[in-house]
Amino acid sequence: MSLNIIVLAKQVPDTRNVGKDAMKADGTINRAALPAIFNPEDLNALEQALRLKDLYPGSKVTVLTMGPARAAEIIREGMFRGADGGVVLSDRAFAGSDTLATSYALSAAVRKIGNFDIIIGGRQAIDGDTAQVGPQIAEKLGIPQITYAEEIISADNGEVVVKRRIESGVETVKAKMPLVVTVNNSAPDCRPRNAKALQKFKYAAVPSEVAADEAKKEFIEKRPYLSIGEWNAATVDADLAQCGLAGSPTKVKSIENVVFTAKEARRIENNDEELEALIVDLIANHTIG
Amino acid sequence: MANFYNDNDSLKHYLNHPMMEKIVDLKERNFADADKYDYAPQNFEDAMDSYDRVLEIVGDICANVIAENAEDVDHEGPVVKNGHVEYASGTARNLDACRKAGLMGMSMPRRLGGLNFPITPYIMAADMVSRADAGFENLWGLQDCAETIYEFANEEQKMKYITRVCEGETMSMDLTEPDAGSDLQSVMLKASKKEDGSWVLNGVKRFITNGDSDIHLVLARSEEGSKDGRGLSMFIYDKRNGGVTVRRIENKMGIKGSPTCELVYKDAPAELVGSTRLGLIKYVMALMNGARLGIAAQSVGISEAAYREALGYAKERMQFGKAIIEFPAVAEILSVMKAKLDASRALLYACTRFVDMYKIYDDIAKERPLTLEEKKEQKYYSRLADAFTPLAKGMTSEYCNQNAYDCIQIHGGSGFMKDYACERIYRDARITSIYEGTTQLQVVAAIRHVTTGTYLNKIREFEAQEVSPANEAIKNTLVFMTQQYADAVQAVMGVEDTKYHDFMARRLVEMAGHIIMGYLLLEDAERNEEFHKSLVVYVKYGQAEVEKHASFIGNFRPEQISDYLY
Repeated sequence: MSLNIIVLAKQVPDTRNVGKDAMKADGTINRAALPAIFNPEDLNALEQALRLKDLYPGSKVTVLTMGPARAAEIIREGMFRGADGGVVLSDRAFAGSDTLATSYALSAAVRKIGNFDIIIGGRQAIDGDTAQVGPQIAEKLGIPQITYAEEIISADNGEVVVKRRIESGVETVKAKMPLVVTVNNSAPDCRPRNAKALQKFKYAAVPSEVAADEAKKEFIEKRPYLSIGEWNAATVDADLAQCGLAGSPTKVKSIENVVFTAKEARRIENNDEELEALIVDLIANHTIG
Repeated sequence: MANFYNDNDSLKHYLNHPMMEKIVDLKERNFADADKYDYAPQNFEDAMDSYDRVLEIVGDICANVIAENAEDVDHEGPVVKNGHVEYASGTARNLDACRKAGLMGMSMPRRLGGLNFPITPYIMAADMVSRADAGFENLWGLQDCAETIYEFANEEQKMKYITRVCEGETMSMDLTEPDAGSDLQSVMLKASKKEDGSWVLNGVKRFITNGDSDIHLVLARSEEGSKDGRGLSMFIYDKRNGGVTVRRIENKMGIKGSPTCELVYKDAPAELVGSTRLGLIKYVMALMNGARLGIAAQSVGISEAAYREALGYAKERMQFGKAIIEFPAVAEILSVMKAKLDASRALLYACTRFVDMYKIYDDIAKERPLTLEEKKEQKYYSRLADAFTPLAKGMTSEYCNQNAYDCIQIHGGSGFMKDYACERIYRDARITSIYEGTTQLQVVAAIRHVTTGTYLNKIREFEAQEVSPANEAIKNTLVFMTQQYADAVQAVMGVEDTKYHDFMARRLVEMAGHIIMGYLLLEDAERNEEFHKSLVVYVKYGQAEVEKHASFIGNFRPEQISDYLY
């Protein structure tokens, strides 16, 4: 049985190699100083999708991302590793989206893609670390979700079997397709880019990337596999009131630069008193607020 | 993310050598594959962009997979189970990454599933793989046995075996036997023709790198009763057919991840490659030339690793209140290491460009007759490749050993402990000047080009090139060194004693090597000022070495040779 798989991916600043200029004076991320990369856990997710494709020949892996046109870079990256193609969801109207507005826009794009069996995403992105978008998409689409996945073992007879990482070990669960699976970084690393796929897909682009270049446009038109989808709010019939800043209930009050100085771990018991004491401490030292 | 391609600008420098345009145009037959294969380049720029980006994939895998596994692989090593090899787990992961990245059969044509890369970018990949783990380079690099199948096997064999190599199957070259090491004419493994015309192999092979590979090239005696090289033929043994078992694997000093096997052939079915009797004199010679280039790449990769380990340590290690790199005695070791590394790489890629040129012409000649001009070039480059391959293998492997030695020296007492990568590098380096022909045998192959003037002619071509005023003085030094070399050649050859010639051969070949590497670095420095320091340091070093040899030869009375001979 072949599957239609959507991989949710995000282009993120590489916060793992943060230098002194990583933050701007106003406390926002200085994107120019940080290279844009494929969110690491989304690569774990892509690997799970590609393994399913190996297991069920004829399956199709589509990478979906929301971001500016240059986010097409991670779709190409996905294609170099074995994905069949992808879509960039891009619109000024999506600017300033929090996780709720993001998951609204992405779920609208998923509906537009239509025919899918599994949506796989990384657990969370290294820029926001919320781990909310995957689960919210499942809720918006009204389908089941499995989080903290380490391995998608099978997808037969309309059901997936997934091994997931939990605090005390692993558990194997079963769920009906279609569904959303979010993948942990303890899952296997993504396979490398393939030399032939790279040479085949290196000119793949979204229309706006090649708008000014007639020769490139013609080259891509002759080779449909090089064309990456570029959708906006209208394409996916998104309700603008639920998009971008307008659709984002999260309001940033202020941003503080916090430098962690404590080196030692502190252990607390699992009871209300100690938990409350911890929360009070954390508020007092501005770790949360 | 660490990347062995992006962190090493000299690879890009050689990839962008002016000669590449011609190599690529010829290799791609003016881009005839462009509409036939979706991954074929459209034009020169497109091809170069693809090499660059594929090498970046290689650099990624080298830094983040192969180098990461190197220490574990060195400790774990392969084992024999039921007559077959089980690789160390890290080796298996390395192979898996290379297969998934499509880095097998890189130089094979697209119709057989390859990437159709010229030898030059392929060897760049080998350079990086060796820096990551020299032992793994042996397994991965044996893909160039496919070159020999491509050149000499029939179409059916090419379709059957090369396609499998491109899909990731590994290869081995089964040449050495207990009594046939450097002297391959003594090979005894018996090939017998059965009544139905098929062949079977019986006997023992020893020291076979990756001896449990999927596809073996085997040198065997097909002519019963014959004693010399003319009775030997080349065969393909396919592991799928069975008949060969691994009796043991050697416990080696270095490159421990690479299984070195003793093989027992019992009625192992095999296919003849090309014609009988040409096994050693034609096919193995071609195979060995490819393998020697591979070892030169391995040597350069190890030199690179040694230099970087040494540099890193010298910057960090504090003594007497400062980093030890600030002491001139230490800094000198490092700058000479760097110069030897850069000189080695310059020679390696000069050699790959020559190999590319003649091999591509050889291949084109199978499709259509070459023009007179093309034939002339084919001959020119074929001769240069023949002259530069033993020179490159000999010089780079000796320098890699010297650099590995110096790397430990920089580490001081810590370098003698098992705690740093330098001790593995030191052990891995040691084999490079031994296998695929010892340095002494490289001299035997190279000396012809001293006496026939191939080296001197090439040096004169370099000499005829204009250089910028800033480099005039260095060029003059090289011109002076050339005169010393020419005089020494004349002095040695003027003595009618072949033993004396053999005795002095090493010195003459090295002199030629220093001058050639000096000119190559001069050419590099003219294009890229990053090479300036290495040019200066290397020519200073080479000048003293040439002087030393000139002095030895000049002060040597031929009859004194009796004091050296046993």
